[in-house]
Amino acid sequence: MSLIDPENTIPEARSPFSEAWEMFRGNTAAMIALVILCLIVLGAIFGPYLYPTDPFDMVWAPFSPPGADGFILGTDYLGRDLLAALIHGARVSIIIGLAAAAVSILIGVTVGALAGFYKGWVEELLMRITEFFQVLPTLLFSMVIVALFGASLPMITFAIGVVSWTAVARITRSEFLRIRELEYVMASRASGATNAKLMFRVILPNALPPIIVQAALMVGSAILFEAGLSFLGLTDPNVVSWGQVIGSNRQYILDASYTVTIPGLAIFITVLCISLVGDGLNDALNPKLRSR
Amino acid sequence: MALLSVKNLRIEIKTRAGVAPVIDDLSFDLDAGESLSFVGESGCGKSMTALALMGLLPEGVGSVASGSITFDGEDLTQASEARLRALRGNDISMIFQEPMTSLNPLYTVGEQIAEVLRAHQGLSRKQAWDQAVELLDAVRIPNARARAEDYPFQMSGGQRQRVMIAIALACQPKILIADEPTTALDVTVQAQIFDLLQDMRRQTGSAIILITHDMGAVAEMAERMIVMYAGRKAELGPVDTIIAHPRHPYTAGLISCVPHILSTLTSEREDLVEVPGIVPALQDFGKDLCLFASRCRHAQPKCVNQRPPEIAFGNTHQAACWRAEEL
Amino acid sequence: MQILQAFAIRSGYAVILLIAVLVLNFSMMHLAPGDVADTISQSMGGADQELLDKIRADYGLDQPFIVQLGRYIGGVLQFDLGFSFFYNQPVTDLILQRLPATLLLVITAQVLALLIGVVMGVISARRPNGMLSHFVTFLALFGYAAPVFWTGILLLIAFSLKIQWFPVAGMMDVSVEGGFWFRAGDIARHMVLPVITLGSIFLALYSRLARATMMETLGSDFVRTAKAKGLSPNQVVYKHALKNSLSPVITLAGLQFSAVISGAVLVEAVFSWPGLGTLAFQSIIARDTPTILGILFFSALVVIVGNLLTDLALRLIDPRVGGKG
Repeated sequence: MSLIDPENTIPEARSPFSEAWEMFRGNTAAMIALVILCLIVLGAIFGPYLYPTDPFDMVWAPFSPPGADGFILGTDYLGRDLLAALIHGARVSIIIGLAAAAVSILIGVTVGALAGFYKGWVEELLMRITEFFQVLPTLLFSMVIVALFGASLPMITFAIGVVSWTAVARITRSEFLRIRELEYVMASRASGATNAKLMFRVILPNALPPIIVQAALMVGSAILFEAGLSFLGLTDPNVVSWGQVIGSNRQYILDASYTVTIPGLAIFITVLCISLVGDGLNDALNPKLRSR
Repeated sequence: MALLSVKNLRIEIKTRAGVAPVIDDLSFDLDAGESLSFVGESGCGKSMTALALMGLLPEGVGSVASGSITFDGEDLTQASEARLRALRGNDISMIFQEPMTSLNPLYTVGEQIAEVLRAHQGLSRKQAWDQAVELLDAVRIPNARARAEDYPFQMSGGQRQRVMIAIALACQPKILIADEPTTALDVTVQAQIFDLLQDMRRQTGSAIILITHDMGAVAEMAERMIVMYAGRKAELGPVDTIIAHPRHPYTAGLISCVPHILSTLTSEREDLVEVPGIVPALQDFGKDLCLFASRCRHAQPKCVNQRPPEIAFGNTHQAACWRAEEL
Repeated sequence: MQILQAFAIRSGYAVILLIAVLVLNFSMMHLAPGDVADTISQSMGGADQELLDKIRADYGLDQPFIVQLGRYIGGVLQFDLGFSFFYNQPVTDLILQRLPATLLLVITAQVLALLIGVVMGVISARRPNGMLSHFVTFLALFGYAAPVFWTGILLLIAFSLKIQWFPVAGMMDVSVEGGFWFRAGDIARHMVLPVITLGSIFLALYSRLARATMMETLGSDFVRTAKAKGLSPNQVVYKHALKNSLSPVITLAGLQFSAVISGAVLVEAVFSWPGLGTLAFQSIIARDTPTILGILFFSALVVIVGNLLTDLALRLIDPRVGGKG
């Protein structure tokens, strides 16, 4: 049916960024999530200065429940302030989330871009490697890496990143396969652009929207991943993170469940906000998919 | 009495801009065994008419706002969903434009034909399958017994449309609606499908409603035609009469788009004229004016002020144009 | 027959993948600081250099990398994954004792998530604004954002501690006697919370995808054909639309096998479920490298078998998979 209305079809010339922001702003849930997320990040940056209690100090009797004795969230099995642990632990959790996501984006984009750009045997080989990584259960694989090579923060970050890049690689590859056949890529190719320029200056910027959305979700997954490893005790015991709090109090679930459920709630809220922001980004950056 | 009688039908669809009448005050009759054609560009409401006859207007989007559709003395706009189901595929059936996607990819074509026989005629699995094979043979699929086991992806577009025809005719319906049945097919296959439809009509005595934008197909297939423009009936009458003397400028435009009809009928050839412009936007559909006026070279001030009435020429021919008598 | 042939090709490919897992396993073991000799000497409370050298020679650790790798792979082909000095038994035996518990958990969670997810997807696709549809949206958010172990602990607190409907831990109650059905019932009771915890994540994934594909299928041309045939709404939905919506959901479920096993590790830790996850956890604490690597190998095997079954299921549903007939 011809629904074309000449008056409404002429778009205003606007930058793609402001257009996406316009779309994003219209999404109430995503906006609320973004605000909460900003508060969490600000809390992680400035919180330790405002609430300087050392999370490793034994400040009170163990297992003091939330609200009692002046400790808002209570104390853990060693009498350490749980609120201090949450505030100080936010930094590490978020930094590991960001760094691990960066590692997996780096690997995934490289693998996916090479596979989608060169096709042929390069693609075949790289996709086989991707498939190989999909066969290994991610958590077990990273448990093995951490167990064999030590539970330092860089190693944990690496272990999370190196097992989570396959989805990024698949998305990047399919975007590259699609975009490399478009006219403007053909045109740059014909005008003598080098392969590197084609890949990173011409195709990659246009492949970014789905990768950005995936990157946002990867940060959430990485935070969850770190929490899972910590819950199993695979963490640096000298650095406080949300996962580390859960892991160290794990044996006391039955006596003092709040020592585990409250840090878990912090993780849940953070990841939930990241996922809502991710959904908002998805709608804003890929408006074609909206009309589902 | 006519087999099918549509009176003052109005179908509205919801759009973001509001409610628009995609069919506006449509009336026509169809006799048993007759062949009637709906012609017009895309977006004129032809397919909506067909879906309304089937009771298959898209749920929550389109609905019959007023008017009646009387089939065999029964008003279908008032009929229950169960009653409509009993009619669909049995007394009124339909084939669609897209043979490539209109068959379920996961069932054999034999099963898809047999299914409709089991649903409406209460045949057993074995009987239904045997009859499905006969139907495949009737729509000229060679080696029908073996091909019945094939899946749609193993068949060409033309063969799939033959399967669709077999499904539609399985229960020997009183009305067969064919919505652009050949648009998606090669030209050579198109002719075969039209031949097949004509043959099957002769064998089963079904009336055919052919929906198309192809005047050539109309001339070949139909006895009467209705020209639709922007949800309204522009002209109705016998095909020969209208082609010889169109009373609506839009009809004249459509006919002049097809060179061979004129050359065979009048043996003189005019220059090909296209109809300039496009169908108006949906939000303009209900307005009280001639919706064709903006594209019409005969337009007068009156045309943009008031909707033209249907002017009759004899018993069988009507045109909705202020200047129909002059043209 | 074509299916069998394709299956054989896929199986051959699966064997190559498994050998790749072994190579990775062995390389990691080789790269990691410390070796079997160190482990043995530790368990003996220390040893001098001479003894260490002797152990290394006994276990072939002084051979070149490639020779050791060949031996390792050869061993695995004879179901020999090495010896656990911590548990003092062959790794294969150890894993085979624990595997059934994990498989029971993983398969039950996967199958239930798939079945319920598809049903929920279908119902909510028919009523996109209904209660269930909103629940699917909510579940999708929750399933992604909630740490598995956290969900498990919350369920544990609610249904084992506050209202004592289900046992707190383990797989069966060893203190009571009973016949087969009694045992089965007992295990089922122990399974409820772990299966809900693990299954809910995947239920969220599958129901959301099932709803999306179902809504798309319900708008497709062949569904319109089915309606035009005068079939009943149930026939249209369950015979024509559902079968076409299954393939994407099953494909997704196939891709999730490795995630299900990852989740199972955490769920087992929460509920003290005596499976591979608990074993992995314990052997990591004990630095029992052969057992850890054996578990990684076996879980990769489970994933590969799961993928093969997925492939088979897709071929059975869709005649178009695997090229033109």
